[in-house]
Amino acid sequence: MALKIGRFLFFKAIRIATLLVAICLISFLLVKNSPIDPIQAYIGADMLKVSPEQRAQIEAYWGLDQPVMTQFFSWGSAVLQGDLGTSMIYRRPVIDVIGERFVNSIVLMVAAWILSGIIGFTLGVIAAMKRNTWIDRMIQWYCYTLASTPTFWVGLLMVIVFAVWLGWFPVGLGVPVGVLAEDVTILDRLQHLFLPVITLSIVGVAGVALHTRQKLIDVLSSDYILFAKARGERGFLLFWRHGLRNILLPAITLQFAAFSELFGGAVLAEQVFSYPGLGQATVEAGLRGDVPLLLGLVIFSTFFVFTGNLLADLIYQVVDPRTREGRVK
Amino acid sequence: MAILEVKNLSISFEQYRSGLKREVIDVMSNLSIELEEGEILAIVGSSGSGKSLLAHAMLNILPENAKTSGQIFYEGKPLTDVELTALRGKELAFIPQSVNFLDPLMQVGKQVRQSSRNGNAVEKQRSVFECYHLGKEVEKLYPFQLSGGMARRTLLSTAAVSDAKIIIADEPTPGLDEVVIQEALRNFREFADENRAVMLITHDIGAALTIADKIAVFYAGTVVEIAPVGDFSGKGEKLRHPYTKALWRALPQNEFTPIPGAQPHLSDLPKGCLFAPRCPLMTEACTVERPRVRELRDGKVRCIHAT
Repeated sequence: MALKIGRFLFFKAIRIATLLVAICLISFLLVKNSPIDPIQAYIGADMLKVSPEQRAQIEAYWGLDQPVMTQFFSWGSAVLQGDLGTSMIYRRPVIDVIGERFVNSIVLMVAAWILSGIIGFTLGVIAAMKRNTWIDRMIQWYCYTLASTPTFWVGLLMVIVFAVWLGWFPVGLGVPVGVLAEDVTILDRLQHLFLPVITLSIVGVAGVALHTRQKLIDVLSSDYILFAKARGERGFLLFWRHGLRNILLPAITLQFAAFSELFGGAVLAEQVFSYPGLGQATVEAGLRGDVPLLLGLVIFSTFFVFTGNLLADLIYQVVDPRTREGRVK
Repeated sequence: MAILEVKNLSISFEQYRSGLKREVIDVMSNLSIELEEGEILAIVGSSGSGKSLLAHAMLNILPENAKTSGQIFYEGKPLTDVELTALRGKELAFIPQSVNFLDPLMQVGKQVRQSSRNGNAVEKQRSVFECYHLGKEVEKLYPFQLSGGMARRTLLSTAAVSDAKIIIADEPTPGLDEVVIQEALRNFREFADENRAVMLITHDIGAALTIADKIAVFYAGTVVEIAPVGDFSGKGEKLRHPYTKALWRALPQNEFTPIPGAQPHLSDLPKGCLFAPRCPLMTEACTVERPRVRELRDGKVRCIHAT
């Protein structure tokens, strides 16, 4: 068992290493070939005051006159030593910016992840148990509608309805404006968190709900459910004993594997709500040509999504008896 | 007295073929059987003759697109679907065909215990496992870890721990070694001797003959003959239906001569007697209408020529 998990983790480690190298190289080359000018991004509006000679000096200082691969390796070796560089727009080390933003984002994403998982799973179960009734049709209609709705659009709707019309929640940002950092209460933060979380949750529900519905329908038509019925089990007891355990694992796995969608959704939702998280930082870094921050975020999001998938795989390895234990004869 | 009686059971399936064209396939027509107290009724017949279907219909676990007509009586009273459903697990125990009928994510000991309605479930399960030569470690295993034989013995155990009056066993013995088969069959016999009843669906006529009291022969979705087990002897002179006789003669220990032809496909059944196309006794009258079941020499037969 321990050996098996060890082997599993070893191969996963190799995979993340190769994945990161590939992602770094591709992102680096893409940024190099994009119209982003790092010097302009650094200097900003004062660019007109910079003479071509000064510019050349900066280029030489930063090593921008070197061949592309040399630049990549010097950046890469710095990254390996844990130095992701300095963000040009925040004028702080990239690692600090990501760290601070991550704390904000993780609260948002974890809340949305749990909420969408629970709601989605419940909806899926109800739809499957009440298959072909109006409840099932309503849930399916809701899921298909949401699955084809962009996150930012739902976010805008939320802002319009709950922030502008009803005035129940703030329009955006992570904390109230004009309040000293030490005076910000937990309640303030929760209030600012509410709409982004709800936005991310209701969009994230569709996948897990539809998947759970289909999975439970398959399970309900299986031979073992037939046999359980033949033994007199039905209704909630039947679901509790034989339905739940057979659909819970796939649903949790799916939810972990959906980390990438969660991250993508967070980028859009944070942008709409001006919520100071990783997603908003990503958009800022992209729009304003902050290359070190952008590459740092790429590396970080790769780790994040990979971790999600790793957890999904690991859960199957550890929880499902069919992969956990060997066959005994 | 008959504990369970199935009267004129017909089953048809609705299917959609090529687009929206709906098709109704009759898979069972006018089938009647009785389970007597203290008796083992063996049901034999080739694949596709509707044996499992009967079992599923008696437990009301047919798929949704199945339409049934006919009636089921329990202790003389006709049952509604709801009443029949309420009997499952309590009065009726089912032994299914394969390991697929066990929940893949639940330890088998636990699944067996769930069949027990009263008394100490754990003790019952352990003593039944012991009786079927399943070690104590087996109760902690998951279905995928069982060998075919262990899985079947587990399935047998689910019925053994219940207090049902009727066991419906769908092919319980294939793949088991001789000792366990004998053990299982002896259990069925003991079970029936306690004034309960067993319906044993099987391919194995040999096994059926050793323990059953009566044998019902299925052909193309109906019963062609119900005969006391003693009639299966010699050259089959005492048997009533030509199909039963042919089946008897086809056994290796008898003449080992197969009958030509094959069971008709369910979507293309003959208008008259279902066996007519293969029957040596066929006459014009056989092709006009389906023969009714009639009593004959302490048994039942669905043939106009049988004597």
